[in-house]
Formats: sequence, C-alpha cells, structure tokens
Amino acid sequence: MSSTTLSAPATAALPRTARRALAVVLGLAVLLLPAFADEYWLNSILIPTIVMGLAGIGLNLLMGYAGLVSLGSAAFMSIGAFSAYNLLLRTPWLPLPLALIVAGLIAAVAGLLFGLPSLRIKGFYLAASTLGAQFFFEWLFTNFAWFSNHSLTLTISAPRLEIFGIDLRPAPGRYLLVVATTALLYWLAANIVRSRIGRDLMALRDMDKAAAVIGIPVASRKLLAYAISSFYAGVAGALFAFAYLGTSDAHSFDLDKSFEVLFIVLIGGSASLFGNFLGAAFIVLTPIFLTRLVELLGLSAVFDNGFLINLEHVLFGLTIVVLLIREPDGLAQMLRAIRARWAAWPLRA
Amino acid sequence: MQYFLTILLSGLLAGVMYAMVAIGFVLIYKASGVFNFAQGSMVLFAALTFVTLTEHGVPFWAAFLATVAVMIAGAVIIERLVLRPLADRSPLTLFMATLGLSFVIEGLAQLLMGTDVHQLDLGIDDLPLDIAGLQLSQFDLFASAVAIGLVVVLSVVFDRTRIGIALRAVADDVLAAQSIGIRLPVIWRIVWSVSGVVALIAGLLWGARQGVQFSLTMIVLKAMPVLIIGGFSSIAGAIVGGLLVGATESLADIYIGPLVNGAVSNWFAYILAVGFLLIRPSGLFGDRTIERV
Amino acid sequence: MSGTTTPDALLSVRDVSLSFRGVKAITALSFDIARGEICSLIGPNGAGKSSLLNLVNGVYWPDSGHIVFDGHSYPRLRAHQAAVLGIARTFQNNALFRNLSVLDNVLTGLSRHGRASVASHLLRLPAARDEERSFRERAEDVLGFLHIAAYRDAIVGQLPYGLQKRVELGRALVSRPAFILLDEPMAGMNDAEKAEMSRFIFDINRDLGVTVLLIEHDIGVVMNLSDHVVVLDYGRKVGDGTPAQVRDNPDVIAAYLGTKH
Repeated sequence: MSSTTLSAPATAALPRTARRALAVVLGLAVLLLPAFADEYWLNSILIPTIVMGLAGIGLNLLMGYAGLVSLGSAAFMSIGAFSAYNLLLRTPWLPLPLALIVAGLIAAVAGLLFGLPSLRIKGFYLAASTLGAQFFFEWLFTNFAWFSNHSLTLTISAPRLEIFGIDLRPAPGRYLLVVATTALLYWLAANIVRSRIGRDLMALRDMDKAAAVIGIPVASRKLLAYAISSFYAGVAGALFAFAYLGTSDAHSFDLDKSFEVLFIVLIGGSASLFGNFLGAAFIVLTPIFLTRLVELLGLSAVFDNGFLINLEHVLFGLTIVVLLIREPDGLAQMLRAIRARWAAWPLRA
Repeated sequence: MQYFLTILLSGLLAGVMYAMVAIGFVLIYKASGVFNFAQGSMVLFAALTFVTLTEHGVPFWAAFLATVAVMIAGAVIIERLVLRPLADRSPLTLFMATLGLSFVIEGLAQLLMGTDVHQLDLGIDDLPLDIAGLQLSQFDLFASAVAIGLVVVLSVVFDRTRIGIALRAVADDVLAAQSIGIRLPVIWRIVWSVSGVVALIAGLLWGARQGVQFSLTMIVLKAMPVLIIGGFSSIAGAIVGGLLVGATESLADIYIGPLVNGAVSNWFAYILAVGFLLIRPSGLFGDRTIERV
Repeated sequence: MSGTTTPDALLSVRDVSLSFRGVKAITALSFDIARGEICSLIGPNGAGKSSLLNLVNGVYWPDSGHIVFDGHSYPRLRAHQAAVLGIARTFQNNALFRNLSVLDNVLTGLSRHGRASVASHLLRLPAARDEERSFRERAEDVLGFLHIAAYRDAIVGQLPYGLQKRVELGRALVSRPAFILLDEPMAGMNDAEKAEMSRFIFDINRDLGVTVLLIEHDIGVVMNLSDHVVVLDYGRKVGDGTPAQVRDNPDVIAAYLGTKH
C-alpha cells in the first residue's frame, strides 16, 4: 500500500501558538473579571450565561452531535439540582466537587432510562419520551417533600457552598465555581467530540444504517449520548439552582426552561460547543436589553412586564424560524463565516 | 361501580376534547409529515380573537366567520413565510420551526389582545345531568356532539371532495401527487386553514370550560400522547387515542393518585405513550410507518 | 482462480431464499466465492443483487437457507457482527456521513477496532491518544492509496460524486476487511472515472488481498475485472462461472446479455 502520511503544514504552527496565547489571555481575563465586574454583571449576566451555556452543551451533545431530540433538558437539570441538594445536606462529609459529580451521575442514569425508547424509535417521536421526563420529575419534586427536606415551600437552597474551606457564596465565589466547572466540562466535551466516540455519535446522526454496517455499536452509543448529555444537564442544573438562583423549586425547571435550552442550541448552532454560550448570551441578554430599551424610551408605564415577556417570546420564536431558514448552523456558523472573511481580509479587500 | 362508571365517562368526555385538538394535528401531519407544535397556540389565538370580537359587541356568527377568516389568512402567511422555505428540510427541522412558530403566535396573541382571562359563554350550562344514575355534565355532552359532528364533516370532505382526494394522494406519495399536478403549497394552505378552523372550535369548547387564557396552549402537550397512541395519521386514531388518554387519566388520578401523593394526570399519558412507542410504534391506527430504528 | 465450487470458499451461499411481503426477491440461491477472487454479480434491475448483498452482511435475514463465511455458518447475523467478521461494504446510493470531513468518514470505519475506554477519551489519556494516532496513520494510508489525501479536511457532502464513492471505498477499506461488498461503485461515472475505480478495485484485490464481491452494470468493466461472474435474474441464478463461460452461456444471453449484445 502506498503510504502518504503527510505531516501538518508548517504554516499551521503559528496560528496554533497564537491561539494558545489567546486562550491564556482569555482565561486570565475570565478569572480576573470579578475584580472589575460589579455584582449585577456577575449575578444577572455572566453566571446565567455560563450556566445556561453549559446546559446547552449538554443538549447539543445529544441533539447536535448524536441527532437525538430532547424536550426535557430542564428535567435532568432539576434532577441534578435536587440530587446535589440532598447530597450536600445528607452526606456532610462529601466535598462540593464530588457532590456535583455524583449529582451529574444520578441525572445521567435518569437520562439513560428515558433514552431507552431511542433504541426503537427516532425523530421527533423521541420528544414524547423526554417530555414525559419533563412532567414526571416536575411532579415528583413537587409531590414528595422528602426531596426538598420537607420544607414548607418545597424550595431548596444550597446548605453549603464551599471548597477547601473557602466560602463561595458571595458573587465572585459563585462566579469562579461556575467558570471552573464549566471550563473543565467544556474541555471534556471537546475531547469527546473530537474522539472516536464523537465521530460515532455524528455518524449515527448522519446515517444510522451505515453506522451499524461499519460496526459502530449504535444502541450503546445512543444511550451513552443520553447519559453524557444528562450528566451535563445535571451539573448545570445544580449550578443554576445554587450559584444563580440561590433558592429554587421544581418549577424553576419547567417546560419553558427546557425550551430555553433547546433555543440556546438552535440559536448557537448545533454540533458546536462554543455556540452554546452565544445562544445562552442571546437568551439572557435579550430580556435585559428589551427592559433597558423600554426604560430608555421612557415607556415603562405603557409597556408592562407581561408585554415585554410576550415581545420576548415573539422575538425568540422569530429568531428560531429565521435561523432555521437562513442559517441552520446558528450563530456559531455566522461567527466562523465572519472570521473566515477576516482571515482573508488583506487578500479580498 | 356507579362511581367508577361516572369517573370513566367524565374521563371519556374529557378525552373527546383531547381528540378535537389531536384532529388538527392529524390533518397537518397527513398532508405534510409535520408535527405542528404550534397547534396549541393556534387554539389560543383563535379563541382569543373570537372572544375579543364578541366582547366588542360583534354578534356570535359574525365573530365566528371573522375568526375563520383570520385563521385562513394566518395559514396562508405561515405557508408562504415558514413552510415553503423549509419544504425540503428534515421533519425535525420543521418540528423545530413550528415550535418557534408557537412562540410567535402565542406572543402575538397576547401582545395584540392582552393576557387577561376571558369568560366565554356559549349558552350551554355546565349542569350536571343524571342519566341512569350516572352524573354527566351537559356541557361535556354538547362538546362531544360538536366533536362528532366535526369528525363527520371532515370525513365527508376528505372522502368525497376533490380536495380530499388530492389530500389523500399527497399523504400517500408526495412525489406521485406532485407529478399529477397537485400543487403542494395549495394543499398546505388548505390543511393549515382547516386545522385553524378546528383550532377555533376546540378553543371555543375549551375556552368555555376553563376561560380563554394562556393555558389553552398547553393542550398541545396533551395531544402529543394522544397522537402517539392513536397513530399520527389517522383521524379515527386521534379519537380513540383521545378517549383512551382521557379515560385512563381520570381513572389514574382517582385510583393511583392517592397512592402516590396526588394527581398523576400531568405525566400519566406520557408514560402510557412511551409504552406504546416501545410496543407498537405506529400507534393503534397509524398507517404511515413511523421512523423506526 | 474461478469455478462454481471451490474447496477454499470464503463465502458460500446455500439455498438462500428471501421475500418481502410474499414477493420473492431471491429463490433458492447457491454459489461460492473463492478466497482472493473478484466476483461480480450481474443481472437486470430488480434481479435481487442488492438484496443479496444485504443478506451477506446481515442487513436482511434469509427466510431459509444459510450463508457460510470463513467457516462460520450464520442464519441470522447482525450488521455490526458482519463488520466484526471482516465484511465491509459500500452502498448503491452513497451512505456517507455527509457532515463529516473525508478523514473523519474514513476514521469511522475504524471505530469498531477502538479499544480505549470512553473515560480515557474524555480525559485524553495516553491510551486514547495512541489509539487516535494509530487510527489516523491507518486512515492517511488509505487516503493516499485512493489518492484523496488532498481532500482530507473537506466536508464529504460537498464533494463531487466520484470522490464520494472513493471516500466510501476508503471507509470500507480502512478496517482491513477480508471481504468487501461493492454495490455499483461506478454508477454514474464517466469512462475515465470508471477506469480509475476499476484500477482501485484491482489493486485492493491484488495488493491488499481482499476478496471482492462487486455489483456492476457495465459489462465491459465486469468482464475485464472479474475472476468469476454470477448472473441473477428474478432472484434465481442463471449463470455462474468465468467471464468467458458466462458470456457463452445461452441462458445468460437470453436473460440478460442478449438484450445488450
């Protein structure tokens, strides 16, 4: 067999170093941000964007990479939140990072169970199974007070939020917890996506019959996709409950939350990891932007909160429809196109 | 036993309402293979339009016809702006598009007509009737009669008219139908219009029951298990599925609910549906083989 | 290198029948493919050629009869088990993963040889990195062999049809199968492309020692390339032998070639 194992072109070396340097600078900036950003920025913009972006990664691994639908992301987020709460409460010796991991694993098991129908059906029929999860767990956490330690309001808030004796409850602490967790999970997701496992998932998304014929274990890969996706949702849910909301209940993870995660994926771009943060930023910033706009125009008296929420819904819906028609690969693809144009700029201009 | 039968019957009557909504889905699914998630928001939009008109003094039938016109206009707009550009895309993409559409429609409905709960009086009292010892609601019986009437009308339309035959041809084989000169956009406009009208009727019946309000959009979530059980492509299936879901839900609420701390009707139908997906994926009456692995 | 019954048969199809909802696709079919040969399957459209391929690699299961591959007899085999046994295939209509790059498509052909665990892939442990490196080397070899190394990063769905066919061949080849099923690899190609593809098939057979079962409509290509030709008509075998024998067989001429020559 004639072998032509080509090495990477030498020109690729420079951008790579540059990219590494850029990553280091970005990383430092992200870590130092709490020193500059005020409480509002951390609480209302950065923390929710990052956490929802993480939830988006979870759904994207399932939907964007493996081509399996879920309308129940929030259910798995709630499992993560309620599991983490009970672990922190009932196993006081368990450190926070481990509690988050175990909570994620519990969500993963649930995800695997609700993913079982995917072995027999596909397409949007799968939405029914995950919708079932959505309603079942919302009901479970509302009807069984044990999950919220018999609190009268059925709410949960983190009993403790500390690591190595450092209290993480102030905004910068919660921000750093969220950033560190997300960075780690992002790295793991990037690894898996670029690996044999990731290729298997994309193969069964693009053509599952051919995937089976070339020897990819389709069934176990589908279940793996559900498990990994739900793990991410679970951890994101725990962070959403404790690092963002502070106090939450089963209805913090309702169907609308599931749709939010779905929209993050559709807007950010399927089969993209970074795009989820673009989608999350869109979802988090749009309402803030609308409110500010109305305030600036001095129309707060005319346009009440209900009006804004409905306007938001119309905007989100329109964005989805327009993106599906014009740019099915979402904001991430738009960004890539812009970057490509920039890279070619001296030549084209 | 009497109690059991009463529960069963009231469940069946609720199931008729589910079936009404499910029929709207079946029409669109048959003609285009799209699961129209926006059906629930169409119900809200139609009911809200109707109520707003009558509250401004428009007589019943005028308001009804005006709303029908609005729903048809909406169908034409949706076909042109959403469906046509997405015509050759995957069913999943279209499903997502209708999800986006549902946000637009419900948002618009409430932006234009407000978020208040409107009372709707169709002139039928919700009186309990005692028939052979069974407690039945007069309104539920009326709703059932309307649903049956609707099904009869739809069956006649789809069995006897040229449009119906064209529609069945499209459902059978899109390419073959197009090759004999059936124009797909026209078919889509028609089915979306008809399911808009079905949405209006469902919206009036549900609205008279529980007030015309946002929660009407939730009907879409009830219809999904109904369709899975009945089969996405069969009107008869939608009815049987609706009855089955209605009956098992109310029975489960009464007999299983107390054992597990409360009403289970929120998710029970889904568990039932998932069971069906595993055992009989094409539903009870489905003829189109669903995408199986 | 030919003949209807070979002691060293890699594949033996024995009395196999298959029907779809009562319509017979294949009726009591028997033939052997010797180790190391190129066997072509010809016959008019609807003769049951693709159905036979689907039987051989477990996409369909025969109603009766059995198939012996490399000493294993299997009445019911699953598609991925066939892959594990060393049966690779390409499809009549490309079945590539459209949104993946050429390299990634070829790499998926190696997936079932992966031994590194999911966890080690998650954490990029040395086991995962070694596996990935050796996979890439093997994939690059195949890309070079098929002269598509230049397209390694191109998204496969955007490539011209002829190149896609080659990528699919690469995906089948990369796992070093013992036996490869090619379902009309030259459909829709011009003469130059056909000659090139024939060359690849010849090299795969001679240089890599892969036994080939080929479905092809171009009789010229079949006669040049094959050691052995099996002719199907309406699910029955009407000819089986060397290209010369088949060409002279009156039944075959009547059933198939007669319309063409």
